[in-house]
Amino acid sequence: MNHEDPNSGRRLFFLSVIYGLWGLIGAALALPASIYLLFPPRLRRREEWTEAADMGKLTPKTPTEVVFRQNRVDGWKITRERTTAWAIKISDTEVIALAPQCTHLGCAYHWDDAKRQFLCPCHTSTFSPDGKVLSGPAPRPLDRYEVKVENGKLLLGKVVESENAA
Amino acid sequence: MMRVVVRVIGWIEHRTGLETAIRSFLYEEVPASSGWQHVFGSVALFLFMLQAFTGILLAFNYAPTPGEAYNSLRYIMTEVTGGRLMRQLHHWGASMMIVVVVLHMIQVFLFGAYKKPREATWLAGVVLLLLTLAYGLTGYLLPWDNRAYWGTVVTTQIASKAPVLGPYLSRLLGGEGAIGVVTFARFYGMHVLLLPPITTLMIIAHVFLVRKHGVAPAPGDEAKPLKKFYPEQVYKDTVAIFVAFAILFVMAVAAHVPLERLADPTDTSYVPRPDWYFLFLFQMLKFFEGPLEVVGSIVLPTLAVIALILVPFLDRGRVRRVTERYTAFGVVFLALLGWGGLTGAAIATTPKTAAVEIDFSAPTEWLQLSPEEMAGVGYFRKENCVSCHAVGDGGAKIGPDLANTAIRKSAAWMIAHFKRPSMLVPGSMMPPIQLSDPQLNALAAFLLKLTPQNASALQAAPAFAVDGALIYQANRCGACHLVNGVGMKVGPPLNGLFRHRDKAWLVRHFRDPQAVTPGTIMPRYAFSQSDMDKICSYLLSLPD
Repeated sequence: MNHEDPNSGRRLFFLSVIYGLWGLIGAALALPASIYLLFPPRLRRREEWTEAADMGKLTPKTPTEVVFRQNRVDGWKITRERTTAWAIKISDTEVIALAPQCTHLGCAYHWDDAKRQFLCPCHTSTFSPDGKVLSGPAPRPLDRYEVKVENGKLLLGKVVESENAA
Repeated sequence: MMRVVVRVIGWIEHRTGLETAIRSFLYEEVPASSGWQHVFGSVALFLFMLQAFTGILLAFNYAPTPGEAYNSLRYIMTEVTGGRLMRQLHHWGASMMIVVVVLHMIQVFLFGAYKKPREATWLAGVVLLLLTLAYGLTGYLLPWDNRAYWGTVVTTQIASKAPVLGPYLSRLLGGEGAIGVVTFARFYGMHVLLLPPITTLMIIAHVFLVRKHGVAPAPGDEAKPLKKFYPEQVYKDTVAIFVAFAILFVMAVAAHVPLERLADPTDTSYVPRPDWYFLFLFQMLKFFEGPLEVVGSIVLPTLAVIALILVPFLDRGRVRRVTERYTAFGVVFLALLGWGGLTGAAIATTPKTAAVEIDFSAPTEWLQLSPEEMAGVGYFRKENCVSCHAVGDGGAKIGPDLANTAIRKSAAWMIAHFKRPSMLVPGSMMPPIQLSDPQLNALAAFLLKLTPQNASALQAAPAFAVDGALIYQANRCGACHLVNGVGMKVGPPLNGLFRHRDKAWLVRHFRDPQAVTPGTIMPRYAFSQSDMDKICSYLLSLPD
């Protein structure tokens, strides 16, 4: 590049060492930093099932809002927080539990008993009792909790994101 | 493509003059004698930027309050991917920073590069040295473990004893009464909010002055043509920076930085020590007692700083070759000798701590195991179960994954299986385990505790704890004592024993319980020396 420089071989050597080494340093820092920021932390706690309701107290085929306390792993803390689920009993051993946020933008929806559908107050998405989108901008059915029925109690696990509606 | 790049660069140059600025910075002329001895300043600058980088990344996962600092740092070290590397880069980077800044200063001192008109450059450098030490002092508290807490207790006590200023300094550091949330907030505030901008400004001033006066030439340079800073000197700086970075990176990967027990103001057995670069000051204090203490803690360090400030005003002779500066070499030699001697003496006189060191920077689920389960770890290792079985690491092995809870069997099934493997699992290649029933019980108890999440942490149980638990089980201590909720309450529960007993007491108590605790029904135990060490270490490691 520098035409006046008589030692251009020497110069080229300097330049390649300078850019090569700085490239190495940059990579040795950028890679761990990206991993540090973007990789999920190793989770060393067991998944938990939380008792949410008595099966006997759920009305068949009608969604009931159940309020329960759940442990949530939040960084270095485990917080115990109030959570809700919409539980729909299908039979004594079968139940669906819907996560309480609309799949559009996370607003809390409610049950419209007259129309027998869920209504989101934000952008008027409506959902069927089993969570399917009936109308509005919601992109996919309501998310569901993992459920388990043991000794007449409804146990809830983590929320599983629903598949995008085809 | 090239044309676009040239046009973009041209556009930026026209609007900002950036290219010209960079060119004039890089094509600065330096004396003919400049070379490898001038790399330390650049390395120090690089390390400062690296500390800022790793510090910011740590701050993304760190909660700066005494209530949470320790737990969040533990989270960084045990759960965040790459977190341990970041913390260790920051930790060792701090030490390396001190080394490089001091080397830089020694080079300038030996070459007499502070002489007229470069006195101000030297003074800015002295301030930067003090700032570097201030980072070390304030950062030391932030892990909030015992080491951090007790080290800072000593620091704030020294500051509070300063003549006249003491009470004000003490108030400023929030250290009145005890170290707590206020001191912590101030140290953190200084470390991340106050010191970095001051340091940045001082570095700018320092580099500006270096550029204004130019690199100090050696005698004879006038006759030789000047060299350009770029690329030859930049090449040397880059190589030096890379070497420093490579050393640091290897240390950060390989040299383990432990995390001690959470800061405990009631721990009377703790031996506080400052970081290695402050040990000489710490040691010097021992020579001054009573009313003279202030000489060691305040007067001498202050005089040392004043001496550094006065260097360019005292040494005003003509510029000499570095090889003729005998006095300068003598001063550096004496200073290093004094520093090395004091540091060595401090290390030599550090009492071997009797307390058991548990590394809290690694997962410590093993602390919760009952003695029986812990003894199970011992049999698990002795029988070398991992030679055939995977344990939560997903490795394809001959036998099933023992941490897989889906295939978990009962303890009774396991024990029957241990004795006659092919009875319960036809065709099993597992050899029978030759252990007694209580030992097989212990092994089964441990295996029942395994999950994929805790397997590696449980397997990491240190040898002293496993060996101690084996002795504990063999002597049936659990028939009277309670550990981690397992055992009996005839004798006192043993959790948290380290809080009120030390090893010497335990040894005396084992040898002759009646003499230490009159009326006790505990029998004597004549352990061998090595067994005594192991059982004591185990008992003193039991958590609260």
